[in-house]
Amino acid sequence: MSEVAIDREIDRSKLQVSDEVAIEITMMNKWYGDFHVLRDISLTVNRGERIVVCGPSGSGKSTLIRCINRLEEHQKGTIVVDGIELSSDLKNIDKIRSEVGMCFQHFNLFPHLSVLDNCTLAPIWVRKEPRKEAEDRAMHYLERVKIADQALKFPGQLSGGQQQRVAIARSLCMNPRIMLFDEPTSALDPEMIKEVLDVMVDLAETGMTMICVTHEMGFARQVANRVIFMDQGQIIEQNEPEEFFNNPQSDRTKLFLSQILSH
Amino acid sequence: MSDSRKPFVASGDIPPSPPPSSVVGPIAWVRANLFSSISNTVMTLFGVFIIYSLLAAVIPWLFIDSVWNATSLSDCRSIDNGACLAVIKERYLQFIYGFYPEEERWRPILSFFLMIVAVAPILFAGVPRRVLYLSGLYPAIAYWLIWGGTIWGPVGVVLGLVLAVVAYRLITTTLPAVVGLIGGGLVLVLWWLFGVEIFDGALTSVVDIGLPVVESSKIGGFLLSLIIGVSGIAGSFPLGIALALGRRSNLLFIKALSTCFIEFIRGVPLITLLFVASTLLNYFLPPGTSFDVVLRVVIMVTLFASAYMAEVIRGGLAALPKGQYEAADALGLDYWKSMRLIILPQALKISIPGIVNTFIGLFKDTVLVSVIGLLDPVGILNPIRADQNWNGIVWELYGFISIFFFIFCFGMSRYSQYLERKLQTGHG
Ligand SMILES: Nc1ncnc2c1ncn2[C@@H]1O[C@H](COP(=O)(O)OP(=O)(O)OP(=O)(O)O)[C@@H](O)[C@H]1O
Ligand SMILES: [Mg+2]
Repeated sequence: MSEVAIDREIDRSKLQVSDEVAIEITMMNKWYGDFHVLRDISLTVNRGERIVVCGPSGSGKSTLIRCINRLEEHQKGTIVVDGIELSSDLKNIDKIRSEVGMCFQHFNLFPHLSVLDNCTLAPIWVRKEPRKEAEDRAMHYLERVKIADQALKFPGQLSGGQQQRVAIARSLCMNPRIMLFDEPTSALDPEMIKEVLDVMVDLAETGMTMICVTHEMGFARQVANRVIFMDQGQIIEQNEPEEFFNNPQSDRTKLFLSQILSH
Repeated sequence: MSDSRKPFVASGDIPPSPPPSSVVGPIAWVRANLFSSISNTVMTLFGVFIIYSLLAAVIPWLFIDSVWNATSLSDCRSIDNGACLAVIKERYLQFIYGFYPEEERWRPILSFFLMIVAVAPILFAGVPRRVLYLSGLYPAIAYWLIWGGTIWGPVGVVLGLVLAVVAYRLITTTLPAVVGLIGGGLVLVLWWLFGVEIFDGALTSVVDIGLPVVESSKIGGFLLSLIIGVSGIAGSFPLGIALALGRRSNLLFIKALSTCFIEFIRGVPLITLLFVASTLLNYFLPPGTSFDVVLRVVIMVTLFASAYMAEVIRGGLAALPKGQYEAADALGLDYWKSMRLIILPQALKISIPGIVNTFIGLFKDTVLVSVIGLLDPVGILNPIRADQNWNGIVWELYGFISIFFFIFCFGMSRYSQYLERKLQTGHG
């Protein structure tokens, strides 16, 4: 995997971590039928932390972050997001979902709506904001992901990188306090990966709490303050990026790193 | 001659010029599409031959040798050997209205034109949105115009809807939406069962505004086809959506109910349902209620079409990538909002060909009501064919009916293509 995707200076002084807890996962377990996908996951994320999750295919990375906004249901243990425990209470779930933004590998923009409408839909219908206000903020975020000039196009008319940036702007329009990314760049060509990672770095510099499933090790090294390695539904190792990459402890981590870095 | 393999730098721009006439224009089109190869040429010639033979048979029959003025088939045949259109000339009003009283025929005509106005804002985005109020009231207006009677009956029915909404609003200010729905529904049913009659009677005794009553047995022909077809289409679409969503619901009860309904209705021939509507239903209804036979047929046709509609729409729902549902969820949209704003617009767009297919099928199936004695165009046709004067006439009558159905069905088909083109938003 590329290490050079980010070629700009990152002002690490902006990357502040507060000691307020944003997400608290305790002894969480999940099964698909008989298949035990997540095993005893415990993870505390403070506000402002940027966590990169990596691991081999099928290790449960997507499942883990999808549990955080209840796209998947866990069966044991607790997940507390922003002080609200995820239970089957629909009110809580909708509340958490509107506080937690998510970006998918395949963008999942709404193809029947223009870029601008994609961004204003949730603020207008979930937050009941006036259209004008929602549009102003949408344009602000589209500006920030450098795509404001395409606001009236439909997603099908944009490149992959542009679509992913719109997807990020769409999430930001809900003013989320936490952002989840599930392999946001793995469906993209190299030059588009860079434009998306740039936007994510920007976002990190605003102090956003982020959990990213990604194999962009350059991004992990420079932006993350913690890297988590998962295998077979368990957290095998977690450490600061420097330590994680230069001095991995477990054999499985070493094997994984040697495989992805030898590309 | 310069050697094109030598190193080379362009010295100036080549100005654009129009393409040669061999690639554009009608001659080029004909050459490319009709005579591009030997087999293509053969097929073109064959096609021309078929079209020629058809026209050579139909045009003289229909336009040149046809007879417009005659009193019987034998009369026709003695005048000329073309189509005997005299029968159409004599009976076309019956084909249109059935036995609707002559002096009241302005009412169906008015209803028809109001229908065009009422449907316009639903079909085309350019029509002022305010017309939608007319669309909402149209069923009551058309019912009153066609069947007549006092105006207070239809007004009372509409008022029931208003009362239900008011009740829903009042209840939901303090209680959850489910209670509101149940309360509103209860108000509606009670009002329709008991309130309307009292309301109607009271107001009629004060101000008696009304039109002469026209019995259902008098309504026939294309008028009847349109009544059944249009109400069936307007009713089966929302019902089909509800059933499709129900069948994909996580709530076991709703899912089972929708599935049973769809499978049962789809598994039974329409004719059986029509017989149920015409005879059996009377046994189930409380004695003394006279439930109009056309209304019963409309309900059955609607239910029948909605089962097909539900399956077509379910196909559209299943065809949407899972990511669309997840993205809607992740943004915090609740079930109804994500269905309405994200899922249904896309699923319905995918299902347009199937939906229109069902509409067209429903519209043509309206001729089946002749088996229970209603006078739809085919029902009108039988007495004519039994008539001494016109005995033995076939092509002209069936052709006339076919043209009517073809115009409407082809119209629906063209509209659906227009809609598909309009909703095209790039490849994605
Ligand atoms: N809906 C499902 N039903 C049953 N098994 C599932 C389901 N979704 C995922 N799995 C299984 O759960 C395991 C973890 O899946 P997950 O998508 O979380 O992996 P991942 O780490 O994100 O992998 P990748 O890098 O390929 O995206 C896999 O073995 C997968 O086959
Ligand atoms: Mg994954």
